[in-house]
Amino acid sequence: MAIGVKVLQRPDREVSYVRAALKGMALTFKHMFEKRVTMQYPEEKSTDGAHGGGQWSLTPRWRGTHRMLTDEQGRSKCVACGLCPQICPANCIKLVPGEDEEGNRYPLIYEIDEFRCVFCGYCQEVCPEEAIHVGVHYENAEYSRGRFVYDLERLSAQTHPVSSLWDPTDPRGE
Amino acid sequence: MTPEMKGFLLLSVIKMIVVFTVVMVGVALLTLMERKVSAWMQNRIGPNRVGPGGLLQPAADGLKNILKEETFPSAANPVLFVVAPALAFIPALLLSGVIPFAAPLPLDFDVTLPVLGRIAHHGPMPMVVADVPIGFLFVIAISSLGVYGIALAGWSSNSKYSLLGGLRAAAQLISYEVALGLSLIPILLLTGDVSFSRIIAVQQTGLWLVFPLAISFFVFLVSGFAETNRLPFDLPEAESELVAGYHSEYSAMKFSFFFIAEYANIVTVAAMVSTLFFGGWDIPFVAVGTAKPWAILTLTPGPIATLLTGLGFFAKVMFWIFFVMWIRWTLPRFRYDQLMALGWKFFTPITLGYIMLVCVVLYAGEALGLGRTLSLHLVLTGVSAVCAVALFFAVDRGLIVSGSAARRARRVGRQSSQRLTASP
Repeated sequence: MAIGVKVLQRPDREVSYVRAALKGMALTFKHMFEKRVTMQYPEEKSTDGAHGGGQWSLTPRWRGTHRMLTDEQGRSKCVACGLCPQICPANCIKLVPGEDEEGNRYPLIYEIDEFRCVFCGYCQEVCPEEAIHVGVHYENAEYSRGRFVYDLERLSAQTHPVSSLWDPTDPRGE
Repeated sequence: MTPEMKGFLLLSVIKMIVVFTVVMVGVALLTLMERKVSAWMQNRIGPNRVGPGGLLQPAADGLKNILKEETFPSAANPVLFVVAPALAFIPALLLSGVIPFAAPLPLDFDVTLPVLGRIAHHGPMPMVVADVPIGFLFVIAISSLGVYGIALAGWSSNSKYSLLGGLRAAAQLISYEVALGLSLIPILLLTGDVSFSRIIAVQQTGLWLVFPLAISFFVFLVSGFAETNRLPFDLPEAESELVAGYHSEYSAMKFSFFFIAEYANIVTVAAMVSTLFFGGWDIPFVAVGTAKPWAILTLTPGPIATLLTGLGFFAKVMFWIFFVMWIRWTLPRFRYDQLMALGWKFFTPITLGYIMLVCVVLYAGEALGLGRTLSLHLVLTGVSAVCAVALFFAVDRGLIVSGSAARRARRVGRQSSQRLTASP
């Protein structure tokens, strides 16, 4: 079949239950000595290539919590163009633009409410400066709801890898 | 009170404490073993966070269950709801007292202790808490009491799932009690006794009874599964159908008591199978005191012999406990009608027929002057082997439990069934 459906051969003879049970027991016994597939989570992480031999590594297309990239001086790359709050389908980005003496625009306030975010990745796609990114990251626990509104400082301080949004091995993706 | 009486009482109390402690700790560790075995069979690791290799997991579970809130359904029967876990728990633990776990230990002492006075003991001390002369009859009688706990738990909870679980438990245990009892009659015929010590002695001079009485062993093992409410016979619990069956409404330590009872029953069934069919504490080719055919080593009764035979018994019991878990993680649950059909329509006639067969062989053996042990055992082994082949290769085609495809074929008719068989 085209989509690879596995068709099971149903037994239509009347077979001995006892012998069938013994066969099943041989199978389960064999499994006792096979390789374990468990990931020991806090020690081994799927974002950590060193543990587990990359067996559980996340796909580079993974869209997790955001990260703001910075330039060499440590300032955010964001030019407060307003494209990301415009495209955001969940309306979770708050941007107040500012302008310095030389006429360069920069964000006065840049906040992402990660609770409202649907992790579509449109903000990264639309960003002309490649400033805002969704990250390959999934550990987001906090003690209060308020902590889930990430401000500019926090977004810039994130260090996790950023999403590629498409599969680099698939030429059609780009 | 004579010094001998005091010595007997003191030793009995020591044995009670030891056996009770071993069973309770063992039951706790069995919950861990169950989880480990299931994990290994599913290519997982199993609990490994509490203590080295997860060894303290049962202690953590126990502590949690003691500290948890006890829920009490408002519509439940207040007395029976509390009594039911104890009723399930007590018979399960009582049984550990009557099974001999090692060779008798010769013990001779006559001492005067400060508080207790003069204490004496002479002759071999049986390594069993109570060497009851009624042996396995006691086990059958007490183990069937466990169903009261389960049925009452189901009824007193006043919940539909619990009630269904309790009803199923009652029907199932009563059905399989019949097959269980009948499967032990060939042992009685062959050994002429019901006491465990006698049965072990017969197995030492002859063969382990699993060989001469193979069909009995099979029926006893399967009925034993049904008695412990384990898969493939866990219909009283049946998570996927009845939430948690008879203990749906129980929480905290009361729930734990049902669990302890279940595992204690597993230990009992494993110990019964080991004692009745696998020689008890008997080690193959090793004679303890008495003469034995094909013995390559003879141990004199003493602490070493007792220790070694105890280890032998422990190994056998552990194997059968593992076997119970192995089955649980291999086979799916029976449907209710399959369960009843298996008990009444298959096991009951099979065991009755087998009793007749064993009687005939015993009668013929007596007429031919075969004696009552080794040669008779060998003849019975041959007969049982023929029965087993006939049963599992010729007769057992959808007779024990049949698949849905096979049943449909039977419904559609013989002709189309042949057509189905012919297709590759």
